[in-house]
Amino acid sequence: MGSPILNKILARAGKKPSVAAGDLVVVDVDTVVLYDSNFFPVYWRDPVKVADPDRITVIFDHRVPAPDRGCAQAQIDGRAFAKKFGIRRLHDVGYDQGIAHTVVADKGYAIPGGVLVCSDSHTGAGGAFNCAARGVGGPDIIYAAITGQTWFAVCPTIRYDLTGKLKPGVTAKDLFLYIAQTYGDHSNHNVEFGGDGMRGMSLDARRTLSTMGTELNAEFSIFEPDDLLLDYVRERNPITFEPQYPDADAVYAERRALDLGIVETLVALPDAMIGNAVPVAKAVGERIDQAFIGSCANGNLEDLAVAARVVAGRRVAPGVRFLVTPGSQAIYRQALKAGYIETLLDAGAVVTPATCGACGGGHMGVLGANETAITASTRNFKGRMGDPSARIFMGSPATVAASAIAGVIADPGDYMKGANW
Amino acid sequence: MISGRVWKFGDNINTDMMMPGPALYVSEAERVRYIFQANRPGWVDQVRHGDFIIGGKSYGVGSSRPAALSLRNAGIACLIAESINGLFFRNCVSFGLLALECPGVLGMFEEGQAASVSTDDLTVRNEQTGEVRKASPVPRQLVDLMCGGGIFPLLESQGLIAPLPAKSGKGGTLSA
Repeated sequence: MGSPILNKILARAGKKPSVAAGDLVVVDVDTVVLYDSNFFPVYWRDPVKVADPDRITVIFDHRVPAPDRGCAQAQIDGRAFAKKFGIRRLHDVGYDQGIAHTVVADKGYAIPGGVLVCSDSHTGAGGAFNCAARGVGGPDIIYAAITGQTWFAVCPTIRYDLTGKLKPGVTAKDLFLYIAQTYGDHSNHNVEFGGDGMRGMSLDARRTLSTMGTELNAEFSIFEPDDLLLDYVRERNPITFEPQYPDADAVYAERRALDLGIVETLVALPDAMIGNAVPVAKAVGERIDQAFIGSCANGNLEDLAVAARVVAGRRVAPGVRFLVTPGSQAIYRQALKAGYIETLLDAGAVVTPATCGACGGGHMGVLGANETAITASTRNFKGRMGDPSARIFMGSPATVAASAIAGVIADPGDYMKGANW
Repeated sequence: MISGRVWKFGDNINTDMMMPGPALYVSEAERVRYIFQANRPGWVDQVRHGDFIIGGKSYGVGSSRPAALSLRNAGIACLIAESINGLFFRNCVSFGLLALECPGVLGMFEEGQAASVSTDDLTVRNEQTGEVRKASPVPRQLVDLMCGGGIFPLLESQGLIAPLPAKSGKGGTLSA
């Protein structure tokens, strides 16, 4: 009986011939990612050693630049940790900073066939790179940094065989909402994506989908490797790696064929995404106070590009705050050179530095009492982006940009007509 | 064997309910005040040391924030749910909160009843009705971590992390 991708990676990292669902496996970790929150007293304990400083990365992202003295101190402690142990991959506020999962992508830190851990729930973003990447606990990260190892319980895998391609204006975010709506919860399962439809998706689109695997409640999300992704990593990271493919006779909990061409623009209603999405037409007209595009899920260059195309030559509706947060400073610079930033600013958007920011309700756009927002980010739980009475609709960057212009939730299709599309 | 008074919660209790974002950045004592602020205001004033939480499906979905630690600091001795999110379970192991999956457990208890759990064979018992169910198996190493205060005491015992300074308060009640 053959193995899905995840089992093969975990077996290799655990130095075992094979692993099966239900096994508890101790594995070597290729990449340990720490971020600013790790250095808060609630999480942090000073290690006396680390296993390998070259396998550790420190990236400040959750509250950057520091909005208060506690955050400033966490960054001071993070810098001191990197210095003490000779950690060269420190992504401090400045040129190379960004949201941890986005910087991991920018720099090729998620190694195909390897293992990456970070104590942020959206670490599964790295699955787009055929890397067994997932969120763990804060103490797990300290353990992994010290010992070079961590543990995983092996879960069964649900396989998606993607075919066809997304319609113009329909994005990977809509695809995620479609999966969350159609198939529901993926608890205690890994999710594997492959097929010709996957190979037709850009890396940005794949990253949106792998990031949102967390919101399917999946354990790991992972993509089959192809030349697009292997070349991308090789151009950025000199390390040698062994990408992992599923066995032809791999055993899956379920195999699901999914034609990307049937996916329509969807919006999740407030408080949940699984089983809570509707066609955009059903949410159209809902008045909004804030529109946000950002996060590890939707702060990618493609997301900024689609937002710019929607708002080009238009103005944000009066009374609406349209916030755009590039996923990294590198993406910010690329978007600037491509003209997207100017287009967004001309429309009345506020473009912030790269940070988790409004996505987690930490800073840079916290929602107040009884406000309504539409967001292209990771999560719309009650209270997620600020006051618990605020309502948070979740959509694609195209839908959020269209809504910012309309002042109410709007169908991006209405803004995508003409030669540009 | 441990036992405690039961608080009942439904499905999809997420990390933001237990530990909303702003709570990450406040002191240990203040952080506990945020638990269930959005979905069950006032609960923190009623919970007592040693109480149990009985939850529904997908308990703890969401973020990796140390919500398990907040529950522990609020006095929760054990969490038993129909199912527990993988990352939240991991945080329970990391921070030393005994957490078990037990299909059928939600229907087994009324709020306020007494529950007991054997940490040897993982049986769950309603002390009022006498009903007994077995929790889903958990590897012994993980049960030991959950009962032993989590990963920090383990690393401390091996001399791999510096001991907490006696009076600084850094790390708060993290150490077991």
